[in-house]
Amino acid sequence: MRITQGCFSFLPDLTDEQVTAQVEYCLGRNWAIGIEYTDSPHPRNTYWEMWGHPMFDLKDAKGVMMELAEARKAHGDSYIRLNAFDSTRGFETVTMSFIVNRPKVEPKIELTRTDIRGRSQRYSWKVA
Amino acid sequence: MTSDAKTEIKGKERYKAGVLKYAQMGYWNGDYVPKDTDLLALFRITPQDGVDEIEAAAAVAGESSTATWTVVWTDRLTASDQYRAKAYRVEPVPGQPGQFFCWVAYDLILFEPGSIANLTASIIGNVFSFKPLKAARLEDMRLPTAYVTTYKGPPTGIVVERERLDKFGKPLLGATTKPKLGLSGKNYGRVVYEGLKGGLDFMKDDENINSQLFMHWRDRFLYCMEAVNKATAETGEVKGHYLNITAGTMEEMYRRAEFAHELGSVIVMVDLIVGWTAIQSISEWCRQHDMILHMHRAGHGTYTRQKNHGISFRVISKWLRLAGVDHLHTGTSVGKLEGDPMTVQGFYNICREGKNEVDLQRGLFFEQPWADLAKVMPVASGGIHAGQMHQLLDMFGDDVVLQFGGGTIGHPMGIQAGAQANRVALEAMVLARNEGRDIKNEGPEILRKAAKWCKPLESALDTWGNITFNYASTDTSDFVPTPSVAM
Repeated sequence: MRITQGCFSFLPDLTDEQVTAQVEYCLGRNWAIGIEYTDSPHPRNTYWEMWGHPMFDLKDAKGVMMELAEARKAHGDSYIRLNAFDSTRGFETVTMSFIVNRPKVEPKIELTRTDIRGRSQRYSWKVA
Repeated sequence: MTSDAKTEIKGKERYKAGVLKYAQMGYWNGDYVPKDTDLLALFRITPQDGVDEIEAAAAVAGESSTATWTVVWTDRLTASDQYRAKAYRVEPVPGQPGQFFCWVAYDLILFEPGSIANLTASIIGNVFSFKPLKAARLEDMRLPTAYVTTYKGPPTGIVVERERLDKFGKPLLGATTKPKLGLSGKNYGRVVYEGLKGGLDFMKDDENINSQLFMHWRDRFLYCMEAVNKATAETGEVKGHYLNITAGTMEEMYRRAEFAHELGSVIVMVDLIVGWTAIQSISEWCRQHDMILHMHRAGHGTYTRQKNHGISFRVISKWLRLAGVDHLHTGTSVGKLEGDPMTVQGFYNICREGKNEVDLQRGLFFEQPWADLAKVMPVASGGIHAGQMHQLLDMFGDDVVLQFGGGTIGHPMGIQAGAQANRVALEAMVLARNEGRDIKNEGPEILRKAAKWCKPLESALDTWGNITFNYASTDTSDFVPTPSVAM
């Protein structure tokens, strides 16, 4: 099952050249790029593992791509995403996020229904 | 009008029983310099034939603050010169004979903190029926920081909404369930599921779906939440459906809101016609229940569209940001409903900026501080389709919900395909924009290229690619020639 989190999941997987262009777009706006990875694409899994801190002082997309290559070497069969952080007052959060690596076989997410009252259900999800 | 008639009368003569001109009573002061803490209002007025515009402006100031039609001695028990609103500037509207802009300043003390009901009872309470005016329109307001900070504003705001949904860097996508009336709960939920699974972030109840005989509201909520949660499992994305909790009483609205909360909905919706007090109440409830509040501006066209009389939607937008809504329908420019592109961008700026600068072309007459109040996510909805993606992204940027109702559900290959077409069109356009492409001009080519590998997009472009709603707008700026959106 193709997880469709992030900005570009409905497009064919981005090439490194395409990823570089997006990174340049972010750096051009003074957003810091952070690399994160996980094996659990649960919809509420906010905190993926950080591959180091967001790269605040980096100005060259090549640096991000080198880090990404390292992250892929270590976690090639996990999800990896790039997050861009905007520190402008009133935003101060992730401003862009897209998946740049996927496991060969993506997991399924199972829906569990629990009766609460009448026909009401409590729903939960589990990554299979 | 003689200069005597425009001059405030002071001393004993001022309080002799009888009738004075409003200007003579002190509601006009051409030398007044507004204080930083004053509320400012800009009215467009059309005085009756023979009525002087300065006296008309003074009357607006008077009737929206302390005045009545005759002198009353009880004014003297108060610091009445401070309670009087003051018209301080009057100018003819460019190109509109007989119409005048008049600026009025109100002291902060005239208004109860944190109550839109109180604000509106003053500012639009009496004056719009006042006989010496043929017509009046509230064009804009400056709400000072001291007043803004008496409100809590949006319960969620753009930043937190995105964090909760875990969606960043592109507009959100939605669609309104159609047909808006007649579907059973089970059929209705089917449409919701198909749209969300196909790639939309949100589905939506329409403004007039409440609890009619063909579908009880609880049925709708139960089936919609089944659809939302199932689609979330199928995609790994947080999804939502705006459950319309608009009802005949506040008690019933709370009942519906509580049920939505119990079922795990991330968002509820109310219509503008519920009124200011109901909006502020439900906003407070949303704040206590981690709920996004979607505002559908049902009814606003009755008073916002015609330029000579009513209230500009930019004022309604300001009031709603204070009152506290998270989503607000603010127009599309390119769709089926009224909306001059520049004027609409003005509404978007009110929703999203930390501070609005004066921008006459976009209809913003005042600097408006927002004092770190959260931002409102604008919603573009009504007659838009995938073929307009480049224009929508170019005009509105990332922080907007683009809603394609007919443009999703009417897709020849089905609802999921319709949703997928919109999502692919959006992602392809965001990608291209970020790569530095000139999407305004290259947009159609970018869409066609994506359509080569995405059949549903190809089919959407073939079906709707040439549909436009290119009519002249009614509510336009008086300071620029009005562009339409011809493609």
